[in-house]
Amino acid sequence: MLKINVPTVGESISEVTIARWNKKTGDYVEMDELLCELESDKATFELNAEASGVLTTHGNEGDTIKVGDLIAEINTEAARPEGMAKPEAKAVSTKPADAPSTKKADEPAKTSYATGSAGPAAQKILAEKGISPAQVVGSGKDGRILKSDAVKAELKTTQNEQKSRVDRAEKMTSLRKTVSKRLLAAKNETAMLTTFNEALQQFPAVNAYLNGEEIIYHDYCDISIAVSAPKGLVVPVIRNAESMSLAEVESEVMRLAGKARDNKLSIEEMTGGTFTITNGGVFGSMLSTPIINPPQSAILGMHNIVERAVVQNGQIVIRPIMYVALSYDHRIIDGRESVGFLVKVKQCLENPALLLTQGTDLNKLLLGL
Amino acid sequence: MKYDVTIIGSGPGGYVAAIRCAQLGFKTALIEKYNTLGGTCLNVGCIPSKALLDSSEHFHNAAHNFKTHGINLNDLQLDLAQMIERKNGVVKVTCDGIDFLMKKNKIDVFKGLGSFIDKNTILVSGETEQKIETDKVIIATGSKPSTLPGIAIDKTRIITSTEALAMKEVPKHLIIIGGGVIGLELGSVYARLGAQVSVIEYTNTIIPTMDGTLGKELQRSLRKLGFTFYFNHKVKTATNAGSEVTVTAENEKGEEVSFTGDYCLVSVGRKPFTTGLNIESIGVKLDERGRIETDAHLETNVKGVYAIGDVVKGAMLAHKAEEEGVFVAEILAGQKPHINYNLIPGVVYTWPEVAGVGATEEELKKAGTKYKVGSFPMRALGRARASMDIDGLVKILADAETDEVLGVHMIGPRVADLIAEAVVAMEFRASAEDISRMSHAHPTYAEAVKEAALAATANRALHM
Repeated sequence: MLKINVPTVGESISEVTIARWNKKTGDYVEMDELLCELESDKATFELNAEASGVLTTHGNEGDTIKVGDLIAEINTEAARPEGMAKPEAKAVSTKPADAPSTKKADEPAKTSYATGSAGPAAQKILAEKGISPAQVVGSGKDGRILKSDAVKAELKTTQNEQKSRVDRAEKMTSLRKTVSKRLLAAKNETAMLTTFNEALQQFPAVNAYLNGEEIIYHDYCDISIAVSAPKGLVVPVIRNAESMSLAEVESEVMRLAGKARDNKLSIEEMTGGTFTITNGGVFGSMLSTPIINPPQSAILGMHNIVERAVVQNGQIVIRPIMYVALSYDHRIIDGRESVGFLVKVKQCLENPALLLTQGTDLNKLLLGL
Repeated sequence: MKYDVTIIGSGPGGYVAAIRCAQLGFKTALIEKYNTLGGTCLNVGCIPSKALLDSSEHFHNAAHNFKTHGINLNDLQLDLAQMIERKNGVVKVTCDGIDFLMKKNKIDVFKGLGSFIDKNTILVSGETEQKIETDKVIIATGSKPSTLPGIAIDKTRIITSTEALAMKEVPKHLIIIGGGVIGLELGSVYARLGAQVSVIEYTNTIIPTMDGTLGKELQRSLRKLGFTFYFNHKVKTATNAGSEVTVTAENEKGEEVSFTGDYCLVSVGRKPFTTGLNIESIGVKLDERGRIETDAHLETNVKGVYAIGDVVKGAMLAHKAEEEGVFVAEILAGQKPHINYNLIPGVVYTWPEVAGVGATEEELKKAGTKYKVGSFPMRALGRARASMDIDGLVKILADAETDEVLGVHMIGPRVADLIAEAVVAMEFRASAEDISRMSHAHPTYAEAVKEAALAATANRALHM
């Protein structure tokens, strides 16, 4: 008897709802056949049979169950019903006994003149992504590149593979451990402090995870962006944001936000962020304390810009002011780093040229200094 | 008014470009100098000729084939005026459809002659004059029937396809100069209605750009219909003598011959039409044949000015123009579309119909490609015998080594529709064996494609 439990479908998802059973108790299911559709508050995903056998289901459509709970059992010893040939066996059995012994049809897929050639839709998609068909493995007949191959090519472009995806694990120092313990004692889960004020790569701790007694530093910045979607808040991830230009980040945000609004984000597109940005300002919030998205160590909250009276050069003047809030895990990040990070953010926002010149002062750059 | 894209000419290239532009979010204007949208194709080309071809085919069947089917008609009569009227109705409904599509896509239509003031300003001269400001322009002004030196088209007895679509009487003897698609289609209409038809052709075959087998097969079918062909004849003059026309030509021996009939259809091709556009003023370059020169993105030498369809190089086909319209719209939107010009099918709506895609046998020979031929006659199909449409064949050319399909050529009932299967197969680089292993419904004309593919694979057609 094989037990099937609700798989982990993404960070911060602890329970799911059974949307639809495609098979019922007593059905004979083939391995990899679709058993049911599960729904979390963020996405819909499918559960497939891990083996062939007779199915027993647990839970009805509409039931909410916890990740890890038993959802189905498959009796792998049960006999296959008559008239239901094993899929592989079927192909063989229908082969006429006197089939011409010649060739081709029964041989496995192999390369041919058409290997690596892309159909019309696939060709256009690849051209637009700037990916050469030579970089794509076609899953079609004789290795033809299908539309689905071209669409998928986006998720694992070789460019991304070449970009840094290195994680570094470092043992926490005993001092860190003590700080961590003390803070944990004071606050139950993550220790949250909010610094008000206004560069992730300059402050790597802000981009790190805490994993038991180790701090996982990331050499890449996968930025989660909080998006308000019809089903609630979702946080799609911009991968390798550190190697994108401002325009590329912008277009990626638009793409992901569009998918979020259409409920088309995949679990993959929502997991694995190393840092989160949320913008309560669009809803009119002037100031708030964002909640960390574990296991990340920090979250940046942006707010709306309002005119405020401030003092400059001894004068009261009206200036647009935006509050920026960083919630962070004090077990990893010290006040010095969090404030330093916010100051860097503030400098970049006040002088956008810094963003375009990767932090070099524009005047210095232009003067060749 | 300021637009993102302005399209001059509302034929299948222009109006399709307009729709695609609108779909992509561009504020789009469409300029048409005639009263109705749709250009040559809808008004005086593809659609009206198909309407008359279908009507005349019904008449022909009623006169010659119904008896065999067991249907006797005692006094079959032709009402040509009604036939033309029905055709006009088809054209009107189709043109109205384009009006609807423009409204639906919120495209602003301007009636009048469009001409460039500069590359971002178009003057539309219709009932009133207005100026349109635009970021990009797509020229889709199409083509006009051309003629030969020494022949003046008078539109009464020496006519073009436009007049042949609105005849008051069936010609007794229709002399057709040019054995291309247009001449053969319109010749078929009047041959079926009882006209004697003579085709005078400069080369040694009809439909010379298509695979040679098709020309030969079609000749046989058209001769049965009452066509006479004069090949290797160079036409010198055509003279309207009031109630008749005399055409003189030089035959292959260099002798002068003359033909006398009551109408002469000049169908020697079409020429790109740019008159009145004032493109010279913005410096758009034309080639030696009067076509607008474009780069791989169909952009002219003037940045932001594009051209598509009959007015640029390539086959003068509505479906080619449509592909180019979509292509340019998507280019403007920053996409990277592609047109496979090798796989734009050619079609002729005679009966039997003729269609072809990819390389012809002549082209493969010339290129020295090693190829295999698989051919299957329509008459071997149950479907063809049931309908009594037994003329024609399907011919598949495949690479001798890889078995990849290189060209598909067909003549037979509705092969203009059937050719789509070949285009799909070739876009995905199917082999002849691939096609032969796909189920084709029985009984259909499409079975000829499967059988020809079997024949091309290893000479193993099942029903031959």
